[in-house]
Amino acid sequence: MTLLSEFKESAFIAWTALRANKLRAGLTTLGIVIGIVSVTLMGTAITGLNDAFRKSVGNIGADTLYIQRFSWMTSETDWRLSRNRKELTLQNVRDLDRLVTLCSAVSVDSGGNGTVSFGRRQARGVYVAGNDENSLTVRGLSLSQGRWLTAGDVQSGRPVCVLGSYLAERFFPGREAIGGKVKLNDMRLEVVGVLDKQGSAFGNDLDNQIVIPITRFNQDFSRWPDLTITAKVRDLSQVDDAREELRGIMRKLRRVPPDFPDDFAINSQEAIVTFFNAVGGTIAAVGLFISGLSLFVGGIGIMNIMFVSVAERTKEIGIRKAIGAKRRTILVQFLVEAATITLGAGILGILVAWPLTLVVDKFLAASMPWWLVAVALLVSVLTGVVSGFLPAWRAARMDPVDALRAD
Amino acid sequence: MPLIQIHDLTRRYVMGTETVHALRGVTLTIERGEYIAIMGPSGSGKSTLMNLLGCLDSPTSGYYELNGVNVAHMDDNDLAEVRNREIGFVFQSFNLLARSDSLHNVELPLIYAGLPSAERREQAVRALTNVGLGDRMHHRPNELSGGQRQRVAVARALVNDPSIVLADEPTGNLDSRTGEEILGLFEALSRKGNTIIVVTHEEEVAQHARRIIRIRDGLIAADEVNPNPRAAMKFAAGGTSMVAA
Repeated sequence: MTLLSEFKESAFIAWTALRANKLRAGLTTLGIVIGIVSVTLMGTAITGLNDAFRKSVGNIGADTLYIQRFSWMTSETDWRLSRNRKELTLQNVRDLDRLVTLCSAVSVDSGGNGTVSFGRRQARGVYVAGNDENSLTVRGLSLSQGRWLTAGDVQSGRPVCVLGSYLAERFFPGREAIGGKVKLNDMRLEVVGVLDKQGSAFGNDLDNQIVIPITRFNQDFSRWPDLTITAKVRDLSQVDDAREELRGIMRKLRRVPPDFPDDFAINSQEAIVTFFNAVGGTIAAVGLFISGLSLFVGGIGIMNIMFVSVAERTKEIGIRKAIGAKRRTILVQFLVEAATITLGAGILGILVAWPLTLVVDKFLAASMPWWLVAVALLVSVLTGVVSGFLPAWRAARMDPVDALRAD
Repeated sequence: MPLIQIHDLTRRYVMGTETVHALRGVTLTIERGEYIAIMGPSGSGKSTLMNLLGCLDSPTSGYYELNGVNVAHMDDNDLAEVRNREIGFVFQSFNLLARSDSLHNVELPLIYAGLPSAERREQAVRALTNVGLGDRMHHRPNELSGGQRQRVAVARALVNDPSIVLADEPTGNLDSRTGEEILGLFEALSRKGNTIIVVTHEEEVAQHARRIIRIRDGLIAADEVNPNPRAAMKFAAGGTSMVAA
């Protein structure tokens, strides 16, 4: 008997058997439907999370390295060890910019939150960036009006600022922003430039920011200036070399003895991605495991019902064996029956999960890509085959004489 | 070469602490084209002998050659193939698949034999027509009378053109008139050259055969030629002979 006709015959048997026990098949199916729905929803949530993260990361740029006192991925103990590290200085920035060869620009980038006002209008929780003349390139920003900070602005700490597009629109709707005087906390600043619309990265709305010279930032805004030196790598394929070069220069500038570990950290988006992948992978694994449990319960239901089905059809198995069905034929018959139930349940589960995904997407990024559908269907078939195997095996091994004697 | 050669066949069952000797050494030769009745009271071992003859079971010891092949120690799958090719079963309780129509029931052995579907259909239709059920092909067993069901079973037994038709109490669930009909069908098959073995405990049924083997206590008690077999009612339906030449 060829495998194809075996499958055709099995599918026919499965169909008639299921039709004969609609309620039972339906109830059993429900368990798998719930399992597939929860696994699929978990899958969509995970892919949604991944997509959102990647979009966010894309805004930082893969070619930017961040030299800071602390690593982004420190544990608490690491942090205790490293909190006495020397602060990074503006001099470090200038020296780095002069010495580095593999980076196109080095700049400084400190940040905080403040309140910006213009006349009676006020914006709270604005991101305040302390930058220098190179930051425009390094941060990958662009201007819609005016100019960026100059070296002179930075050196003498002039009270000037560049506004994010949201702030500019809010304070100067339909008016010229350049030359306007805004207040950051108690500092009066002259607007010299306005940024293009930028979007957001890691929950920071880049359009809701104000950029001031780093010198002014350190002097008037932040009492604990924590500099972040950002460096733009010239060639993306040389990120690692650039990192090593920066590291070498920094160690020399900060006079770190050869055997001592770095007293600074070079962070990059890649590190976040690595960290996220580790954390995200764990979350995904745990989530899929928990939602997989419901699928497992559904699978037990299938196994149970298949045992019943085999017991009920002992006589039929005997007849088929007498007529010439081999073990494999009987095995395939019941496996196909189990897989048919679970595949049907899988399709149903996807039909339920899909609109749910659209609802979830309103609150939380979620998407159901085609491969997830394929995986869900594959998983449901596999569940059927796995949980149907033991009952099918029992059926296949039945003794024809005993089976024929059954009622 | 005889169709069946059995030598000193035994079959023991272990039931708990007890060993049941169902067959204690049966030696038997059956030629092609014979019409044989195997008789015996219940517990005599005739069912065990039938199961062994039908390759549904394997002997504990002894030799069984069917159509030139030693089948005594074959495994499950090989026996399934032998059953499919060589043996057509007719059971007391018909043993049709309840959820399938007549045509599909008759097609089943051909499906397991791996025949392409067009050929399968053609042979099954012919077999059903031959037993007078050409107009009942799409009826399910519960839509047929007892006699009709047994005729479907006979069609299924014959569709593969087996070496032996093995019938276990084929008239046991039928009224005497319908039983006669089935026996008539066997007679016609026998005249055509089919080998037929009927297992029964009814003397009346056995008297239709040309050779009667009596089993008692797991041994052959008698093996004799029936000098004048009873003629069954001529099997006919719709005015045409059901077993076409």
